[in-house]
Amino acid sequence: MTVIQEGTVTAGNVVSARRTRKVAAGISPLRPRKSRLLTGLMLLYLVYTLVPLVWLVISATKTQSDLLSTSGLQFGHDFALFSNIKETLTYRNGIFLRWLGNTLLYVVVGAGGATLLATVAGYGLAKYRFPGRRVVFAVVLGAIAIPNTALAVPTFLMFSDMGLTNTVWAIIVPSLVSPFGLYLMWVYAEQAVPQELLEAARIDGAGEFRIFWTVSLRLLAPGIVTVLLFAVVSTWNNYFLPLIMLSKPNLYPLTVGLTQWSNQAQGAGADPIYNLVITGSLLTIVPLVVVFFLLQRFWQSGLSAGSVKQ
Amino acid sequence: MSALHTVSNRRRWWSHREIRGWAFVAPFLVVFALVFLAPIGYAFYLSLYREQAFFGGNTFVGAANYVDVVTDARFWDGAVRVLEFFAIQVPIMLGLALVAALAIDSGRLRAPRTFRLVIFLPYAVPGVVAVLLWGYLYGTNFGLAGDVNDLLGTAIRPLSERWMLTSIVNIVTWEFVGYNMLIFYSALRTVPEDLYEAAALDGAGPLRTVFSVKIPAIRGAIVIATIFSIIGSFQLFNEPNILRNLAPNLIDTHYTPNMYAYNLSFGGQQYNYSATVAIVMGVITAIIAYVVQLRGSREAL
Amino acid sequence: MKIGHRRRFRRLGAITAALAASSLILAGCGGSGGDNGSAGSGAKASPQALDAALKKGGTITYWSWTPSAEAQVKAFTDEYPNVKVNYVNAGTGNDHYKKLQNAIKAGSGAPDVAQIEYQALPQFALPGSLVDLSAYGLDSLESDYTPSTWAAVHVGDGLYGLPQDSGPMAMFYNKDVFDKYHLTVPKTWDEYIAVAKKLHQADPTKFITDDPGDPGFATSMIWQAGGKPFTTDGKKVTINFQDDGSKKWTSVWNQLVGDGSIGQIAGWTDEWYKALGDGTIATMNIGAWMPGVFESSVPGGAGKWRVAPMPTYDGQPATAENGGSTESVLKQSKNPALAAAFVRWLNNGNGIKPFLEKGGFPATVKDLNDPSFVNKPDPYFGGQPVNQVLTAAAKSVVPGWSYLPYELYANNIFGDTVGKSYLAKSDLNAGLESWQNALVKYGNEQGFEVNK
Repeated sequence: MTVIQEGTVTAGNVVSARRTRKVAAGISPLRPRKSRLLTGLMLLYLVYTLVPLVWLVISATKTQSDLLSTSGLQFGHDFALFSNIKETLTYRNGIFLRWLGNTLLYVVVGAGGATLLATVAGYGLAKYRFPGRRVVFAVVLGAIAIPNTALAVPTFLMFSDMGLTNTVWAIIVPSLVSPFGLYLMWVYAEQAVPQELLEAARIDGAGEFRIFWTVSLRLLAPGIVTVLLFAVVSTWNNYFLPLIMLSKPNLYPLTVGLTQWSNQAQGAGADPIYNLVITGSLLTIVPLVVVFFLLQRFWQSGLSAGSVKQ
Repeated sequence: MSALHTVSNRRRWWSHREIRGWAFVAPFLVVFALVFLAPIGYAFYLSLYREQAFFGGNTFVGAANYVDVVTDARFWDGAVRVLEFFAIQVPIMLGLALVAALAIDSGRLRAPRTFRLVIFLPYAVPGVVAVLLWGYLYGTNFGLAGDVNDLLGTAIRPLSERWMLTSIVNIVTWEFVGYNMLIFYSALRTVPEDLYEAAALDGAGPLRTVFSVKIPAIRGAIVIATIFSIIGSFQLFNEPNILRNLAPNLIDTHYTPNMYAYNLSFGGQQYNYSATVAIVMGVITAIIAYVVQLRGSREAL
Repeated sequence: MKIGHRRRFRRLGAITAALAASSLILAGCGGSGGDNGSAGSGAKASPQALDAALKKGGTITYWSWTPSAEAQVKAFTDEYPNVKVNYVNAGTGNDHYKKLQNAIKAGSGAPDVAQIEYQALPQFALPGSLVDLSAYGLDSLESDYTPSTWAAVHVGDGLYGLPQDSGPMAMFYNKDVFDKYHLTVPKTWDEYIAVAKKLHQADPTKFITDDPGDPGFATSMIWQAGGKPFTTDGKKVTINFQDDGSKKWTSVWNQLVGDGSIGQIAGWTDEWYKALGDGTIATMNIGAWMPGVFESSVPGGAGKWRVAPMPTYDGQPATAENGGSTESVLKQSKNPALAAAFVRWLNNGNGIKPFLEKGGFPATVKDLNDPSFVNKPDPYFGGQPVNQVLTAAAKSVVPGWSYLPYELYANNIFGDTVGKSYLAKSDLNAGLESWQNALVKYGNEQGFEVNK
């Protein structure tokens, strides 16, 4: 909230030039009634979404032997959630926590960087009519249309030449690029940042980067949050690239580590630890839910930022 | 609009400033060139050669690999399958996502935040647990599918030839409705309120507002989501690759073009041919995506 | 170092060339050629050289997914404190091979010592990625190992590892199920078929065994039947699935696959483990390392399972290897003598004990004949001394088998070919034929001379 007020001050006359924007549902003049029919239909969809997740949660409460002897949507004989969590966190000298730390590093640097780069670039593409704009669009589109699994080996050999394999950079550098984030910001900035606003700021004598920093960024907040969320989740779930690039388990992110645990169930010397794989997976979802909760406030605040001036 | 008039009066100064757009785009493009364009360049180089997996012997073959791919029945088998998948799955997924986004945005839903979170959650489930998860849900011996069949007296085997593509459609839909819903939802958040007011003054009901105001207003986001769904469909890999653990005979190594490229590369060390498959598929995908983009929105981008 | 740098420059050159204008002429000289024959070998060292290397010490990296690897490395460094071993679990099976293959192709990043399954060994040995250990005199250890595992670590005349374990096949059967349906333990495949049909007719939810189509199992079954579908002599490879052995196997297995008396649950999944525990699967013909898996992972089957010799075609004992690994030294190793010394310790020295403690099944004759190992009653199997059956199996492995030099590729496309026959419950022979055709084509494309 304080952020918004600051914005109103620094942006000065800029804000007054802004179009009136949508108001939070609660105070909208068009405030609709709640619809039972709609809620009911959406509830059906919610159940569809939830069934697999319920399986995950119930399974995380089972011991390995209950997992292999009881039905999926029933609880086991023992309620083992807490012992599973404890075992997950301590198995093999607590390597899970190490993987969690790695994942956090990759997410903070990778997804944070990706969001920054995508935001700046998307804004540039939306708000400046420079020559070569369409080429950027076509090149990026063309590049991402090529399946990346087939690029894994060329990328690996290149990174190996540059001495990047088996380092954190092998994971971070590629995750700095989010073509999807770029497009989303592009579309978003077209709509969220009115040209008149930029004009007004320019008349005030503000430089381009300053305008971006003090005026546009704020308006882009809901879009940035969306891009950030996608970048966080995709970096969090990044599996294929680390699998190829890393052979030191100390650098693994959670996804690769958990897969390794899961693969213990195969072949001679098999030692399945499904209970830890499942509990570990549940634990990896929890931080994402937290991130979601934290970020969804920004959808609201981005919204009310637009509604400050009516 | 009105801004454009002021612009044309000062063209020189204006275009000088427009160039600064490059400064915004440059950092992205530098990294992009390193992690996307360079490997693609390398892959293109590979696609012009043939190297024997065990004895080396790199020889330049020009377009021979491309000729082989274009006449490779296995490649087309996968390509047709993803096309079929795309035709069924994308409309369902985007339709559901749009409805969900509009519903959550409408203010007519109770507990909209819960819906928003839960519908998004599947996207956060790690791939490794997906094998266990779908193994259970689709299992006819001990799984949910078996229980449902017992209950309803049906004999649906989700991992059989007849149902496999449907099963994949279901997984992808489950995972990505929430993802696309959020794209639409956040775009709806930018729709100017005065548009709604104008519609209300015109006496438009909620449904008409949806079709005449909201959907046109987020057209750009719809186009982007469609383009990325096309690319995602044509690169279909994770889900069939996961189900391959459960149905290894049904999902063969060339079930989708991306799986084909992957298996050529990692199963047979046929890097040159794999790169060619990827490039051919990339070109096909890009053309289709580009056509959709051109048709979809001239003004959005 | 020098070689590495040059290669590095060459490849980067190739990349930029391709990038800049994809000018074909420029790129023509580049390329990332095979990595054969970089390290200099030649000079014949002796076992003493290995002792010297151990004494001198150093650092080596070891990639393995063997459950006992960590304990073994610890025991080793306790014994040789001046040697540092970086133990890395780089993945199980195919994930491990992917990384190994990439590191070999990149010219750096491979470990000094790696676990490699017998079936995959030719694939790494043949292109020259592994060190021939006979250079260190380790070929003198022949009499310590069973003939089948000793054959498995050879490719051509080279010795490319020492056997870590073995997997002679036996028939594990669920006695509860056998008792309940009044089945007798089959000694021949004909009896096995009869039992299978009787069981499946009595209860259609029960299966004599589970086989969704598995290349390792299929090749082992052909092996047991006396088939020798793969022969390799340098670049010359012969693939023949139409020999008597292959036909013998398909004539039996066709009858079981065809009428659905075999279950087709994908192996090593949680569903499969469930089915092993609850009587859905009545027998498994599988390697001698299986008791460890049962004990750690199939609690529901405790006390129910027993072991018997694998059924044969004529009632005479005959079996095959199923699974098993070697440890090998990579050409990229900067300290191959130390690496070889480590391998010797692992699979011929004090490393065997921690391996056996984790439930591994040995390849060494001495351990296979050790009465305390052979006669140990196993409570999981109702007190049966299972090793009596399993060690006897190790002695009746049909000789003369060899794997294809590109077995991993073959495994990968098994589902595309033979798997389709399993799916359609149709003639496996036809599936084998299309497997053969695909393998011949691939081999010839990769520079082998297959069936020529």
